Amino acid sequence: MKSRALQPESFLITREPYYEAQGEEISLFEKAYRNLIPVLLKGPTGCGKTRFMEHMAWRLQRPLITVSCHDDLTASDLVGRYLITADQTVWMDGPLAQAVRCGGICYLDEIVEARKDTTVVIHPLADDRRLLPIEKTGEVLAAPAEFGLAISYNPGYQSVLKDLKQSTRQRFVALEFHYPSPDLEQKIVDHESGVGAERAAKLVRFAAMTRNLKGSGLEEGASTRLLVHAAKLMVSGVSAPYACQSAIAQALTDDPEMIAAINELSRSLF
Amino acid sequence: MTATGDTGDTQRALSAAMLEDRLDEMLDAVLSIRRSTATAAAALAGLARADQDYACHWIEVIAKTNPELAYHFASHVTAAITRMRREDSDAWIIEAMDTYDKLGLYPAVAVLADAESFAAVRDGQARTATLEASAPMLELFLQGLSGRKLKLAPSERLYTDTTTLFLPARLAVLPTRDANRMLYKIMATHLWAQGWFGTFRGDPRALRAEWERYAEPERAAQLFCALETIRLDACLERELPGLYRELRTLRTEVPAAWKEACAPLAKKGASVDDTHQAVAALYGGALPVAPVYQGIIDVDAVVQAMGERIQQERAALQNALAKLAGGQSHTPPPDARFTVSEEPGPQGEVQLMLDGQLLAAPPDVQNLLQSIFQDLGGIPDEYLVAAGDGGYAPDNEKRAEDVWKGTYHEDGAFLYNEWDHRREHYRKDWCVLRELDVHPVHDAFVRETLRKYAGLSARLRKTFEALRGENAVQRRRKNGDDIDFDALVDALADLKSGRELGDRLFLRSRRIARNIAVMLMVDMSGSTKGWINDAERESLVLLSEALEILGDRYAIYGFSGTTRKRCELYRVKEFAEPYTDLVRARISGIRPQDYTRMGVAIRHLCKRLDQVDARTKLLITLSDGKPDDYDGYRGEYGIEDTRQALLEAKRSGIHAFCITIDHDARAYLPHMYGPANYVLIDDVRKLPLKISDIYRHLTS
Repeated sequence: MKSRALQPESFLITREPYYEAQGEEISLFEKAYRNLIPVLLKGPTGCGKTRFMEHMAWRLQRPLITVSCHDDLTASDLVGRYLITADQTVWMDGPLAQAVRCGGICYLDEIVEARKDTTVVIHPLADDRRLLPIEKTGEVLAAPAEFGLAISYNPGYQSVLKDLKQSTRQRFVALEFHYPSPDLEQKIVDHESGVGAERAAKLVRFAAMTRNLKGSGLEEGASTRLLVHAAKLMVSGVSAPYACQSAIAQALTDDPEMIAAINELSRSLF
Repeated sequence: MTATGDTGDTQRALSAAMLEDRLDEMLDAVLSIRRSTATAAAALAGLARADQDYACHWIEVIAKTNPELAYHFASHVTAAITRMRREDSDAWIIEAMDTYDKLGLYPAVAVLADAESFAAVRDGQARTATLEASAPMLELFLQGLSGRKLKLAPSERLYTDTTTLFLPARLAVLPTRDANRMLYKIMATHLWAQGWFGTFRGDPRALRAEWERYAEPERAAQLFCALETIRLDACLERELPGLYRELRTLRTEVPAAWKEACAPLAKKGASVDDTHQAVAALYGGALPVAPVYQGIIDVDAVVQAMGERIQQERAALQNALAKLAGGQSHTPPPDARFTVSEEPGPQGEVQLMLDGQLLAAPPDVQNLLQSIFQDLGGIPDEYLVAAGDGGYAPDNEKRAEDVWKGTYHEDGAFLYNEWDHRREHYRKDWCVLRELDVHPVHDAFVRETLRKYAGLSARLRKTFEALRGENAVQRRRKNGDDIDFDALVDALADLKSGRELGDRLFLRSRRIARNIAVMLMVDMSGSTKGWINDAERESLVLLSEALEILGDRYAIYGFSGTTRKRCELYRVKEFAEPYTDLVRARISGIRPQDYTRMGVAIRHLCKRLDQVDARTKLLITLSDGKPDDYDGYRGEYGIEDTRQALLEAKRSGIHAFCITIDHDARAYLPHMYGPANYVLIDDVRKLPLKISDIYRHLTS
């Protein structure tokens, strides 16, 4: 059996992913990419970080390899490992090595979730050396100019365990994402779901109300993603309060009082 | 008690004489020549046996709290039982006991005497909504509507001072409880709307000045309220159409004669000035019936609350601007010039600008700006001057309302409920607990302890080092980081001999980290004086040394106190604190104090444990005896409260364990901690030798 052939074209994004720029982030990302600087995306969940990466990969015409990090992610999950076949061992590239080889963009989503020792493997890649040493094969991959690295994290988590090491974060250009401004968010919700401007505006107003509750029992307010979910349900004929309840209130919290308050808010609006 | 009472069938009702005997026995302390139980007994004799038993049971229970209260209870109980269903009379008794706890004997007697009105309230209760039950949801609801936090408080009158919304403590106006809950929401939203849609904007005193232009200012004020309600209804219809649909069902008809004058009020952009004009047009006519959700306007309360808030917010804003302009240094560059844009933002929010550039204000600043805008209708220029830390600390200020809530004189204290097993209810905010520091004693105690147990301590070091979380390699895994060559050789041999190739061929390295937080709760009651105290301190030294090797997070607190008003916890070491000489000196400084009220200490330490992020949480108690305090916290009461506190701990995922030297412990500890969760040490001198082993067993 041969080593599994790399198919970078399968990671190419052919149709333009919908993305509304919040500011200068598109040109900044492009410039960082051209200057071979890796990028760190900060922002709350569901505000469009992953969509932004898809959009940028499409714009730059590079394959996008996304890794969702979790607390059991090891260095070999990123770099690669030997597999055994009937009579020999075969090296299998991990997603990071794949991206380096094919000159793609590697996006490590929610990087703080990965184990601390794992994140260190990206260090030589993320500074001007741009090398990926593969310890087990003795190989050192030099990243081509097309290779790009991006990581994301959500600084809103209050856990001290979920913080990014200085030695990691100081290798990146940081782009900060927020929830879009209300009229932009309304446009996004409408575009993604087709719910109509008026109901999209109400959803956005509702989201602002839940964001008012952040810190008073809610960890996060409703994200743009949740609004799109609710809007899609509404387009499929679910009543507005019920859509808000199931797509937003129940998704945000399990606290019955908080759910009751959020439900009252949505019922008051629609 | 007579022979028939003991042996006769339990169904037959007791006679007046038998009842009188029983009552006399229970109420002996408060009877006199002029005061007997004859009347009460005669009344009770008319009841069925089950009711008599019920009454006697409660008389006995209450007599333990206060015999005088029990005497009054005995005189009213017959009427109450006849009048009320059992669950209502239960509630009546608990209400009386709670009143006794909070306010004392006479108010409690008043509750007992007024069983009739209590029963009437209970009858209405099926449809009553209470503020207490609705408040948590309503507070979140209001905070969602706008950023500003509003408090809710019970009051006879429906009004707001723009900081607190005053609502009736209970509502039974509408036929069902759900409808009354909805009414709460509408009332609260309406009061919120007064602030949000600018009833008081600018100077609230201007309202009164307007009314005083009329012959009868009181009448003008009432008219103003009615018309302002119409204006706010229209605002709510635009902003919160869903809520308005509910509100509409409660609206009252606007008189035909008012229609014309009221038309401008419903227009978008109508302000309080339009309401004043409508007052001028309609003054003198009869007032229509006010809708049930319409409140009153208390100008004085608003003036006071706004005055305080405006001062605070001005300082807080200037402070925040200084930070914005100056970064971390808090000293703004002298030429930084803040302005607000003429145009409101897309959500009608105030937009802050620095040197002509739009500035994304952080949420707290945005909330401040919004709040100031609500009060003043704009941001005055002098507010936008960045000023350094002017010694203003909004969080530390004592608030007037806290004085009335009674927390002020219990400054820095924590209030906890206590379980009363006889009532099967919590006594609310019953214990007042403070955290104090142990006075450190820098002597040779720790050094000598370590020398005394030098052999033991070396052995402990070895055993605990072995427990420490380390990289462990797991062999023969289906997948992993590296190839397990031993497994591979075996597998190939299998293959050659015609068997199947195994698939468990990988090594996987995993760090198995200990993730334990342990709270050590040490008995500092007076009974530990002498040997026990020494043994406790020595144990703490040895255990701390061991825990340092292990790397488990731990905290040490001592507990003691006298009566429920003075429960004390002594900090020896907090979770985040390193094991320093100061901690050692505090261990050395642990001295016997007063009594052992365990429940409240467990509740507080569990709260501390809850704040720690750990997979396993342990609460280990070092104790020398039963829970015991000066004011009746002993025997069954103390044991049951402690048990209840431990059950609460279990519910929040904390494992409780007790190490005791009380030889009688087998009688009550299994009931409190559960059969496997305690250890009895026969000889207190062995405690230091054993404690580390006990801990090791517990956690591995």
